[in-house]
Amino acid sequence: MVLLDFFFRIRDAGISVSVKEYLTLIEALQHRVSGESIDNFYYLSRATFVKDEALYDRFDRAFGDYFNGLESLPDDFLKDIPEEWLKKQLELSLSEEDKKLIESLGGWEKLMETFKERLEEQQKRHQGGSKWIGTAGKSPFGAYGYNPEGIRVGQQGSRNRRAVKVWDKREYRNLDDSIELGTRNIKVALKRLRKFAREGAEEELDLDGTIRSTAKNAGYLDLKMVPERRNAIKVLLFFDIGGSMDDYVRSCEELFSAARTEFKHLEYFYFHNFIYESVWKDNRRRNNERISISQILHKYAADYKVIVVGDATMSPYEITYPGGSVEHFNEESGAVWLKRVLNVYSKVAWINPTPEARWKYHESISITRELVDDRMFGLTLSGLEKAMKQLAK
Amino acid sequence: MVERFSGTRDYVAGEDLMMAVNAAIALQRPLLIKGEPGTGKTMLAMEVANALARPLFQWHIKSTSKAQQGLYEYDAVSRLRDSQLGDESVKDIKNYIMKGPLWESFQAETPSVVLIDEIDKADIEFPNDLLRELDRMEFFVYETKELISAEHRPLIIITSNNEKDLPDAFLRRCFFHYIQFPDKETMTQIVDVHFPDIKKQLLQQALEIFFDLRETPGLKKKPSTSELLDWLKLLLAEDISVEALQTSDQRKSIPPLAGALLKNEQDVHLFERLIFLNKRSERT
Repeated sequence: MVLLDFFFRIRDAGISVSVKEYLTLIEALQHRVSGESIDNFYYLSRATFVKDEALYDRFDRAFGDYFNGLESLPDDFLKDIPEEWLKKQLELSLSEEDKKLIESLGGWEKLMETFKERLEEQQKRHQGGSKWIGTAGKSPFGAYGYNPEGIRVGQQGSRNRRAVKVWDKREYRNLDDSIELGTRNIKVALKRLRKFAREGAEEELDLDGTIRSTAKNAGYLDLKMVPERRNAIKVLLFFDIGGSMDDYVRSCEELFSAARTEFKHLEYFYFHNFIYESVWKDNRRRNNERISISQILHKYAADYKVIVVGDATMSPYEITYPGGSVEHFNEESGAVWLKRVLNVYSKVAWINPTPEARWKYHESISITRELVDDRMFGLTLSGLEKAMKQLAK
Repeated sequence: MVERFSGTRDYVAGEDLMMAVNAAIALQRPLLIKGEPGTGKTMLAMEVANALARPLFQWHIKSTSKAQQGLYEYDAVSRLRDSQLGDESVKDIKNYIMKGPLWESFQAETPSVVLIDEIDKADIEFPNDLLRELDRMEFFVYETKELISAEHRPLIIITSNNEKDLPDAFLRRCFFHYIQFPDKETMTQIVDVHFPDIKKQLLQQALEIFFDLRETPGLKKKPSTSELLDWLKLLLAEDISVEALQTSDQRKSIPPLAGALLKNEQDVHLFERLIFLNKRSERT
């Protein structure tokens, strides 16, 4: 089953194709949706197997890999190889020495025979799942010392040439794993942290309640009102600004604006590098108007969820030692202050814009991760989703 | 012979898109369409319906849409009101069941096309609630205890803007196609279809400006096909000459009526700043 090999090849490429989709493809082939050309087969299998444009590139590569060379050989190739044509082509591209070499191998006729044999062999092997003769350099002619590209097997069919390009172009390369972190996407991620509750004034008609009470009321209309549904989640947001965070200003801005519209109860504060005894709300007056952490701990109840956004990239002393801060003399270490925050608020997530792969190279990040019990997440869509899931638990 | 879709006079469809549509028609499975906003996702359903001469039922999804609304809704309030007024129709519950687009399409006399537009706008669970309905093309009406099943399985075209991921179980049942942004060649075809009398030179110049603009790094919202068509319409209406377009070299000044192309304030600022920088670097 050639098709089954193809199916597993696609799965190996990291595209989770299910049996159902495989059966769909077979059904489609039975309905002759695709016609005969490999172009059409490519489009059909892509529409059936791939459900995310980010995976198109992966699919193109797997498809190209699997069918490499196949498309350049028409089905009836073995029956009548245009010998004359091949011969001319070859002779044109051969040097005198090459020609001598051919002679020494038993002459042109012999060579063509070997060529045909190899081709047949290769086709059988292909059924077993490995590659056919092709551009990948597995051609039996490689051994003889000249480039099989020179023969240009099967190039007379321009119909197929175009087909190769479709997946070889890899137009979707940029889409793979480069999902942009736009405000909208962040909002979608933040939505996971929704908990609707009806609180406050009653201003909406409660349809179900009205029907129920009207029925109880022997059919006389009895209107019921309920308060509007609102997102009842409360959030404290701490932003690291300045210094090493400059690189991530844009993504942080987006996160901030998304958070501001998503959460009705949102309080935000800024800090530099690490949380010490005080933070501030206005960057222009950071030196005058500071808010002490103890004040925050008393003011906002324990049901607030805490999100800290910072790269946690600094000297470890800034976290662990009193007086470690680069800006002022802190009497107690940052770690102590962070612990105090963690003691009050049980739901905490630290969002780190530094790429996750680099976390292990910074000691300060490891220390911070330990402090927050590994609740550190990357500023990516999946990171945010994980963070929100964790907060919503 | 199964019906086939091969684009229409007003709609330029790529080969891959046609294949996806034809597969969905032949196997009677839903077709999920994604793509940049403004690349003609919604138009597709209308054009397919046109080309196949099938009736089209549209269901536009909002954030408050429920799966049930596509099937039917029971209008309890009207019934309640009628009962207060002693209306006769109150006795038959059928009078208060309002058919949704899916029900309508299931009962249509000919095979039809259903457009479920922007399915990602709805709640995350929305697609899951439709699994059985899309698979078996039938559903149960609890109020009247009847089973509605499709006489002709409609072709269901679903569009998504990728705001939310769709559940796997749902995706497995669909064919998928991502409408890629058209290249210059296709774009010329598309414009030809919409503005047959546009001057060649003007079009060429406009397309150049358009694709250049799309290349501007850091744009939040790249202008898309529908924006280009709007812009061309404006250019024609204002009778902007080819020369005017030519003199407006991308790097030195803003093209005329650029407001039709750049709709985001930040993008306009970014663009102006780039032009300013270019001008300055030229002077020095």
